[in-house]
Amino acid sequence: MQEEKNKQQVNIVLCGVGGQGTILASRLIADAAMQKGIHVRSAETIGMAQRGGSVFTNLRLGEDVPTPRIGLGKADLMIAFEPAEAVRMLPYLKEEAQAVVSMEPIMPVSAMVGASSYPVDEILAYLKEHVKHLTLVDSARAAADLGSAKCLNVVLLGAAVRSKALGLTEEDIGKALEARLPEKLLGLNRKALMYTASE
Amino acid sequence: MHKEFLMGNEAIAIGALAAGVNYVAGYPGTPSTEVLETVAKRNPGSVYVEWSVNEKAAMEAAAGAAYAGARALVTMKQVGLNVAADPLMSLEYIGIKGGMVIMVADDPGPISSQTEQDTRTFAMFSKVPLFDPSTVEEAFSMMKEAFAFSEEWGTPVFFRSTTRVDHGYESIEIPDEPEYEKHEPEGFVKDASRFVIFPKLSVKNHALIEKRNAQLSKTLSEYPRNFILPAKGRWQAKGKAAQDGCGSGNRRAIATHGINYTYVLDAFDEASRPEILRVAVPFPFPEDLAAAFLQDKDEVLCVEELDPVIERALIHVCGKYGLQVRIRGKLTGDIAPSGENSTDSVAAALAAFFEDASLKPSACGLSDAPPLPVRPPVLCAGCPHRASFYAVKQAMKGQKTLFAGDIGCYTLGNAQPLEMCDTCLCMGAGINIAQGIWRVEPDTKCFAFVGDSTFFASGITGVVNAFYNQAQLTLIVLDNSTTAMTGHQPHPGTGRTVMGQVVEKVSIEAVLLAIGLPFVETVDPLDLEHAIDTVRRAQEVDGVKAIIFRSPCITIEKSRRKAAVDPEQCTGCRKCIRSLGCPALVLDGKKAGIRASMCTGCMLCAQVCPAGAIREG
Ligand code: SF4
Ligand code: SF4
Repeated sequence: MQEEKNKQQVNIVLCGVGGQGTILASRLIADAAMQKGIHVRSAETIGMAQRGGSVFTNLRLGEDVPTPRIGLGKADLMIAFEPAEAVRMLPYLKEEAQAVVSMEPIMPVSAMVGASSYPVDEILAYLKEHVKHLTLVDSARAAADLGSAKCLNVVLLGAAVRSKALGLTEEDIGKALEARLPEKLLGLNRKALMYTASE
Repeated sequence: MHKEFLMGNEAIAIGALAAGVNYVAGYPGTPSTEVLETVAKRNPGSVYVEWSVNEKAAMEAAAGAAYAGARALVTMKQVGLNVAADPLMSLEYIGIKGGMVIMVADDPGPISSQTEQDTRTFAMFSKVPLFDPSTVEEAFSMMKEAFAFSEEWGTPVFFRSTTRVDHGYESIEIPDEPEYEKHEPEGFVKDASRFVIFPKLSVKNHALIEKRNAQLSKTLSEYPRNFILPAKGRWQAKGKAAQDGCGSGNRRAIATHGINYTYVLDAFDEASRPEILRVAVPFPFPEDLAAAFLQDKDEVLCVEELDPVIERALIHVCGKYGLQVRIRGKLTGDIAPSGENSTDSVAAALAAFFEDASLKPSACGLSDAPPLPVRPPVLCAGCPHRASFYAVKQAMKGQKTLFAGDIGCYTLGNAQPLEMCDTCLCMGAGINIAQGIWRVEPDTKCFAFVGDSTFFASGITGVVNAFYNQAQLTLIVLDNSTTAMTGHQPHPGTGRTVMGQVVEKVSIEAVLLAIGLPFVETVDPLDLEHAIDTVRRAQEVDGVKAIIFRSPCITIEKSRRKAAVDPEQCTGCRKCIRSLGCPALVLDGKKAGIRASMCTGCMLCAQVCPAGAIREG
């Protein structure tokens, strides 16, 4: 059974806005998976889009995965740092996929200067209607409770672990945090990892 | 050996280190930058690494090192190769002694580039053999082979990858440092008949190159990374049996390369797939292998990105050997002629080619979704370029102006609300474009914006040209003391090298004064009033004037300061938001608000607010 599980593929889409920390989140998942001997491939946006544009990472865990990119309707899990970016990536999800989405919108400059619109409520309603397994994370409250907005990535990662779609445990991610982060940030990030568990 | 989760570019760098590279030079450019950075980071101590001033300098320096028997690596993005084309074209005629690999990152899409040019086509043009890996693991292993090949045949070779390989990640086995090969360069041995290019030498060497490449085509048919992957499962039996469940009675197969090979594999399941020709070295093209592959086919779909290189080569092989095979791909409209491929676009093309609907990607649309905000990249909150653009815009308000932009973060000055970039062509072009427009339209006040790194890379010659030819224009050097767009590489003006040495800075002011410009002033753009005044004063001077706006990129010079809006005083006029487009400025109900997590306290908005409502907070 365990062996069979290892053979399974897990396809993960992370998305958000350049600068939000999607890259560290994907790195932590990759570290945790590798510690368990799982093969990892990924593809991500690097370059101009990192300056506040839409960014995504494709992460594929498991053997026999020929390419790092995930096709339409093939993702098992989405971790979205921003609700409109979540909607943009919806076509990549399987019907039974888990989606962990930060509720806090990030207004693009184009919307602030009136060059595009951002109907936040409609977008949240659309997500609720179209995603079967949706975990919405109140990241503004998380930032206030944790005293830092910097660990949103780990808050979302915690929710993703508990959605079970990742195939990794809190301990696995905990170990990855230990290996990657400096001592002084560990306490905060451990709390962030468990943040949505206490809801 | 040990296992690491590596970016393609890191794997390429480690491949070069493992091959005993001695000399590495390059110019930053997405998606190639991390190769040289990784060499610098993992340098066992024996490798010389430099960020060159531009790609031409890098190519020449590496050629010199290879003349002296060193193993040399040059890195650049595809448009950088245009800059380095001059030395490269001649270098192929001369040849090298140590191995020389020219790593060029192509950018289908394009995602972060001006063009979708294909370095495989450049390989044919320059007659330089080219390696094209499909995965991160392969990129690592192939680098070693590329060096050995280069040394064996005495020619520089291209190692070209594309964004999805460069910026893909994979957990792969790599050697530990003590396992790296060691290579001692022999030194330069004088031989004018070999190293001095004259027509006589070119005549002789051109013939030799053509002969060698014909020979290489045969040798490369045996190269294990050029291979035919046999059909499996229900695709196996060639001829009629294969057709059960897959359309008409044609014998069909796929030819592909690079990341596209992985997309093709992804479209089929492990147990069942058609025959695939995977071409890892498209030039010199492995003709014998291709002829063997085509022998028993009726139709072949070429799944390629950028130019139809394999497609044309297969058409050629069919013609040459009189084979009756229909070659399909970009030239027949079966594959998009431009843009990046994806697992989905490839799956759709395969479904159509094999007339097999089961291969189609899932068709979930977003047709009923609410309108999504567009999110183009923007200048960072607190970016000093914003202040520079705003100052020039204010100073020149109401006048007929032209703002020629250039390549770097500051190209983002084109976006609303600044809209301060009327042209952008290629590295360093802005200055002479402004010159040309001014000649035709002498009543226009022409400006050229150029970043510090671009100024050194190819701006200086432009200034000399404009000055010598008596243009009227204002050069704005946006000096943020780094190469920001590509991730903050040092350059001649920073006084640091990638190897960590502190060196003499090249002074932009001194360069401009030495050229002879009549007006050269340096200001802090975040001192808005002074900045505007300087722009105005420059307009009173004839000729080529220069203003250096100097303020560090905020992503390297972190700031703890923050601005805050006093809601009592904010009148809700939104001038700050509408005129600056700083992503930290948001609308908070009817008043302006500042996202503290993003704000750097540059205080530009405070200088713009007519009500004095923004203060340090
Ligand atoms: S001070 Fe104003 S302009 Fe500067 S970063 Fe903060 S909000 Fe943006
Ligand atoms: S990285 Fe630096 S130069 Fe580029 S937009 Fe941000 S602040 Fe400006």
